[in-house]
Amino acid sequence: MNEPINFHFKVDGSNFISAGEASVNVKKLLRQVGIAPDIIKRVSIAMYEGEINMVIHANGGTADVNVYPDKIQIILEDVGPGIPDIDQAMQEGFSTAQDNVRSLGFGAGMGLPNMKKYTDMMKIESEVGKGTKVTMEVNIP
Amino acid sequence: MDIITLQNKLGLKALNISDPTREVHGGYCGDLLSWVMGRATDEDAWITIMTNNNIIAVASLADVPCIIICEGCEVDDELLNLTRDKGINLLVSEDSEFTVAGKLYGLLNN
Repeated sequence: MNEPINFHFKVDGSNFISAGEASVNVKKLLRQVGIAPDIIKRVSIAMYEGEINMVIHANGGTADVNVYPDKIQIILEDVGPGIPDIDQAMQEGFSTAQDNVRSLGFGAGMGLPNMKKYTDMMKIESEVGKGTKVTMEVNIP
Repeated sequence: MDIITLQNKLGLKALNISDPTREVHGGYCGDLLSWVMGRATDEDAWITIMTNNNIIAVASLADVPCIIICEGCEVDDELLNLTRDKGINLLVSEDSEFTVAGKLYGLLNN
């Protein structure tokens, strides 16, 4: 099995205004390794939503993007508060974001639904008080 | 319709044109960023009143051909620099989102 190409990022949890930097970089890097534009869009938006969630809720974390011949895998990990009820969090419109975040246009409760919509596989592992790990995959046809 | 034609027909002020060849064949109105990322296509002019820095990342990721800021909302230098860095076409209208969307709809469907 081929070793994937790995891109690793630290997501800064303190700077909301520059949040999303890793995802915008991933878009550029994936273009350089020759991934099709529609796949790049799906990967980078799913990752951006996850990155924003880590900044809003978990004071940052890490993001890994692994490029395999047949798929792109995104792994987001944080040591934040965890998600008590994942089914509820997955519902469109459900959000626990604060007002200051909402005033910037976030917190619409569409982040996790978008991540699911744009990926072929999404798995959330979360423990309250410990943190959250989100694994997503987009298949390369 | 290309960006320059759009600018002229809608009477928009161009704050940054990085790629005048981008084509607009539709529009998406919205200020909630996840809705825009979930729904706007790479042929939709994004019509909004949001002017915080995050809109540049969203426009870049959604790959919209341009952002149209409505109500003459003020754009600061930091945002303007970001549009240049990331190659985002940014236009401003004095009209409301409703009016800009209505005009654009008329232009594209006549």
